[in-house]
Amino acid sequence: MDPELIKDCVHCGFCLPTCPTYVLWGEEMDSPRGRIQLMDQHVHGTPVTDEMAGHLDACLGCMACVTACPSGVRYDRLIEQTRAVVEREHTRTPDERAVRAMVFALFPYRRRLRAMRLPMAMSKRLRPLLERVNPTLGAMAELAPPVPGHVRLPPVVRARRRRRATVGLLTGCVQAEFFPQVNAATVRVLALEGCDVVIPPRQGCCGALSLHSGREAEAKRFAKRTIATFERAGVDTVVVNAAGCGSSMKDYAEVLKDDPGWSARAEALRFLDLAEFLVELGTVAERHPLPISVAYHDACHLAHAQGVRAQPRELLRGIPELDLREIAESAICCGSAGTYNLFQPQAARELGDRKAERVLATHADLLVSANPGCTMQIAAAIRRAGKGEIRVAHTAEVLDASLRGLSPQALGWVSEDAR
Amino acid sequence: MSTLQRLTERLGDILDQDSVITDPVRLRTYDCDGLTYHRATPGVVVLPESAEQIAAVVRLCDEYGVPFVARGSGTGLSGGALPRTDGVLIVTSRMRRILEIDIPNRRAVVEPGVTNLAITEAVRDQGYYYAPDPSSQQICSIGGNVAENSGGAHCLKYGFTVNHVVGIELVTPQGEIVELSDRDPGYDLLGAFIGSEGTLGIATKITVRLSRTPEAVTTVLAAFTGIEGGGRAVSAIIGAGIVPAAIEMMDALAIEAAEAAVHCGYPEGAGAVLVVELDGPHAEVDHQFAAVERICRETGAFEIRVAASAEERAAIWKGRKSAFAAVGRISPAYIVQDGVVPRTALPEVLAGIDRLQEEFGIRVANVFHAGDGNLHPLVLFDDSVPGQGEHAEAASGRILDLCIEHGGSITGEHGVGVDKSRYMPRMFSEEDLDTMQLVRCAFDPKGLSNPGKVFPTPRLCGEVPGVRKGVHPLVESGMAEQF
Ligand SMILES: Cc1cc2nc3c(=O)[nH]c(=O)nc-3n(C[C@H](O)[C@H](O)[C@H](O)COP(=O)(O)OP(=O)(O)OC[C@H]3O[C@@H](n4cnc5c(N)ncnc54)[C@H](O)[C@@H]3O)c2cc1C
Ligand code: SF4
Ligand code: SF4
Repeated sequence: MDPELIKDCVHCGFCLPTCPTYVLWGEEMDSPRGRIQLMDQHVHGTPVTDEMAGHLDACLGCMACVTACPSGVRYDRLIEQTRAVVEREHTRTPDERAVRAMVFALFPYRRRLRAMRLPMAMSKRLRPLLERVNPTLGAMAELAPPVPGHVRLPPVVRARRRRRATVGLLTGCVQAEFFPQVNAATVRVLALEGCDVVIPPRQGCCGALSLHSGREAEAKRFAKRTIATFERAGVDTVVVNAAGCGSSMKDYAEVLKDDPGWSARAEALRFLDLAEFLVELGTVAERHPLPISVAYHDACHLAHAQGVRAQPRELLRGIPELDLREIAESAICCGSAGTYNLFQPQAARELGDRKAERVLATHADLLVSANPGCTMQIAAAIRRAGKGEIRVAHTAEVLDASLRGLSPQALGWVSEDAR
Repeated sequence: MSTLQRLTERLGDILDQDSVITDPVRLRTYDCDGLTYHRATPGVVVLPESAEQIAAVVRLCDEYGVPFVARGSGTGLSGGALPRTDGVLIVTSRMRRILEIDIPNRRAVVEPGVTNLAITEAVRDQGYYYAPDPSSQQICSIGGNVAENSGGAHCLKYGFTVNHVVGIELVTPQGEIVELSDRDPGYDLLGAFIGSEGTLGIATKITVRLSRTPEAVTTVLAAFTGIEGGGRAVSAIIGAGIVPAAIEMMDALAIEAAEAAVHCGYPEGAGAVLVVELDGPHAEVDHQFAAVERICRETGAFEIRVAASAEERAAIWKGRKSAFAAVGRISPAYIVQDGVVPRTALPEVLAGIDRLQEEFGIRVANVFHAGDGNLHPLVLFDDSVPGQGEHAEAASGRILDLCIEHGGSITGEHGVGVDKSRYMPRMFSEEDLDTMQLVRCAFDPKGLSNPGKVFPTPRLCGEVPGVRKGVHPLVESGMAEQF
C-alpha cells in the first residue's frame, strides 16, 4: 500500500454517508476512513490480523467513497493494493479458502461457466440445504439467472446505413454465458447507430474479478491477453457493456505500469462504456415510443468507478414516452459488487433489502442498470421480501427495444423461479 | 486487573458483543477526529443504540471512576472527541433514527447520531429544512453540532445551533437521564449545555426547530483581484443594512485547492471570491440583489455571476463547501484554524496573517464566513518533515493572538477541545475560568465527562480520573455550592 496515497486522506469523514457498510453497521472500521486507517496501521508494521482482514474483505469496492472524497483520495488504488497484500499475507480459514478457490476457478472461464448452468438451475431447489451448509453456496443458487438459449454472435456485424465508427465489443464471461441477450441487444444498437462491430471470438476474461480480489498476477495475465485480442482485431475503441469489466479495463495501463511496453499498448486502446460511447458519438437512429416507467439503478462500477451517471439517463430520457424515475439513495451499493455477494452473503443481503425497498418505492414497471449482477441481486431481494417480481433489463435492451419499435411488454425478464 | 478491564467485563451486561470494541487494531481506527494532529487510542469503544444503554455505561464509569468521551461522526476540528487511553469512548453512530417529525409545530425529534443533512432531507418535501449548515453537514452528527454549537454559512442570518435546538434529553455524568427544554423556567440550562463540548454529559435525544424553505434564493458569485476588494464589499453590504443569508469569502490559495478538487470553475485570475446568498420573499430578494450587485461593482468586482438554477447554485457552493478537505490536494497536511474578529478589523487581521506567512515561511489559505467575521485560516504543512507540525501549530497560535488583539475570539464554531484549551487563559482571566469550572462541577463533580478538554489544566473538582482533590476552595469558603 502506497503511504503517499494514504496520506491524501485528511480524515474529514465526507465519504462515510455513502459507504454501504458504514450505512449498515455504523462503525469506523467498516468505513472508508477507517479502512484507510487500517491500511496505515499495516504500513507502520501491524500485521494483517483476522480482524483487519475481515474489515477489508467487507469492503464492496463500490468506490462510492472515491466519488464523495473532496481530497482526491485514490481509494480504488489503495484497496486494490491492499487486497493483494491481504491475499499474500493472510491465512484464511479452510472453508473460506475452498469457496474462494471454487469461485476463481469458475467465473473467469467461460466454458466452465457454461458447464455450471445446469447444476445451478438444479441447485435452486436445493437452496435451503445449500444455505445451511454454506451461505455462499446459498447465495449462488439464489442469484442464478434464467438460463436462456445460447446466442452465438458473428465475428463482425456491419453498420446499418452510413458507417460512423468501428468498435470492438467485449462480451464478458458472465455476461456472455448468462445474459447473451444483452450482448445481442448491444450489437444491434451499435449497428443501428452506424457502427461496425468487431467481436473477437474466444475472448478471455478481462481480469476484473481477479483484480478486485487482489489476485494481481492472474489479473495481469488476463489484461495482457485482452489487449492482444483487441489489437489483433484491429480496433482502437472497445465498447464494454458490463460495468465491472469496463472499470478494470480503464485501469489496464495502471495495472501493467511495471511493464512499460504493455502499459503503452494499453494506453493505445480506448475502453468505453456503451452509454458513454453512444453519447460521445451522438445518436442518430430513430427512437420509437416506449410507454413504460423505468427505475434506473446506478451500478457502482459505472457511476463511481467510471463516473458515468448522466449518459445512461440521457439515453433513456431520449426515448419518447419513457418515464424515468430516480431511486432514493442512488449512490449506495446494492450489495452485488462482483464477487461480494458470494463472499459476504449476509452483508450483501442486507444491502439488497435496503435497495429493494427504495426500488419498490418508485413503483416503476422495469428496473434498468448497466450491470446484470446488480439487477439480479435487487430482483432476488424483492422476491425475498415477498413483493413479487420486478422485470429487469440492461440499458442496451431498452435502447434496442425502442430502436426496433418493440412493445414494452416484450422488454425485460424475470427470474426463473417466477416462471 | 486494571479498573478499565474490570469495567469492560461488565459492559457485556449492557451491550451486545459486537457493540463493545476491545481489539487493538479496531480501537485504533478511533484514534482521532478531524484534527489528526492529536491522537490517542481509546481504552474501549462502545456503540450503544439507546439512551438507556448510554446511561448504564456512564453509571459504570461513575462507579469505577473511569473517564468517558462522547463521539458522533468524528469530524470535529478541535480534538473534542479525542479519546482517553484510560477511558471509554461512547460513539453515537448507531443512534441515527429520526423519531418524530411534527410539521404543524415545526419540530423534529432525532437521535444524536442523525446527520445534520438527514434532518433536512427528511422534511424537504414538505417545504422545511434544518437551518444551521456546517460545511460538514452531510456527515457531522446533530449530537456533535449541539456539543460544538456548530454554525455554517447561513448562520449570519439564521443563527447557530443554539438558536435551533429547543429541547435535549441527556445522560448526566452520573448516568441519570434528564430533559432540558427552552421552556424550562429559571436558569437556561439548555443554553449552558449547547456548546459544552461533551463536558456536561451526553445528549441522547434532540428536538430541533424546522424552518420554512425560503420563497426565493439568489446566489451571487463575485470575483475580485485581491482579498481587500472582497473585504470592502462585505463591509459595504452590511453597512447598507442588508442581512444576506450568507457572505463567504475565499482567497487565491483556497480557490486553487477547490478547483483542484471539484473543478468549481470560479472566474480565472480571481484573487478572492465572494459568495453572497440572499433569501426571503421574491420582492425583497430582487431588491437586495440589485443593491449587492451595485456594491460589488463599485468595490472592484471584475466578474459577477448569478445562479439561475438549483444546479448552478450548487456549483457555486460546491467550491466553498469542499474547501477544507480540498486543501488535501495541495498540501499533505493542514490545520484548520477558527477565529473571530470584528468585521471592521478584517483588513488589518488579514494583513497580519500575510506577515505571519512570511515570518514562518508557511502558506495559509483563507476561507471565511465574512459576514460575521469568522475566519478559517488553513495553515498548510508537510507532516512528514520533522518539526513542521509544531512550526505550523506555532503559526496557527499566532493567528489566534492576532484575533484576540483585535478584540475577537479564539473560536467561532469549531470549539476549544484539546487544541485550544491552552489559549483560554489568553482570553479569560483566572476568575472567569474558575467560574466556568464551577458550572462544570455542578454537572460533573467527578470530572469524568470528556476531561482534559476546554480547560487548560486539570484543576478544581479533579480532572484526574478517580482522584478527588477534595473540596474546591470556593466551596470551602462558602462562596459557591456544589450541587
Ligand atoms: C471538512 C470539515 C468542515 C467543517 N465545517 C464546519 C462548519 O462549517 N461549521 C462548523 O461549525 N463546524 C464545521 N466542522 C467541524 C465539525 O464538523 C463540527 O464541529 C461538528 O459539529 C462535529 O460533529 P461530529 O458528529 O463529527 O462530532 P465529533 O467530532 O464526534 O465530536 C465533537 C464534540 O462533540 C462531543 N459530542 C459528540 N456527540 C455528542 C453527544 N451526543 N453529546 C454530547 N457531546 C457529544 C464530542 O465529545 C466532541 O467534544 C467541519 C469539519 C470538517 C472536517
Ligand atoms: S469502496 Fe464502497 S464499501 Fe469500500 S470503503 Fe469505499 S464506499 Fe465503502
Ligand atoms: S472523504 Fe476522503 S479525505 Fe475525507 S475521510 Fe474520506 S477518504 Fe479521507
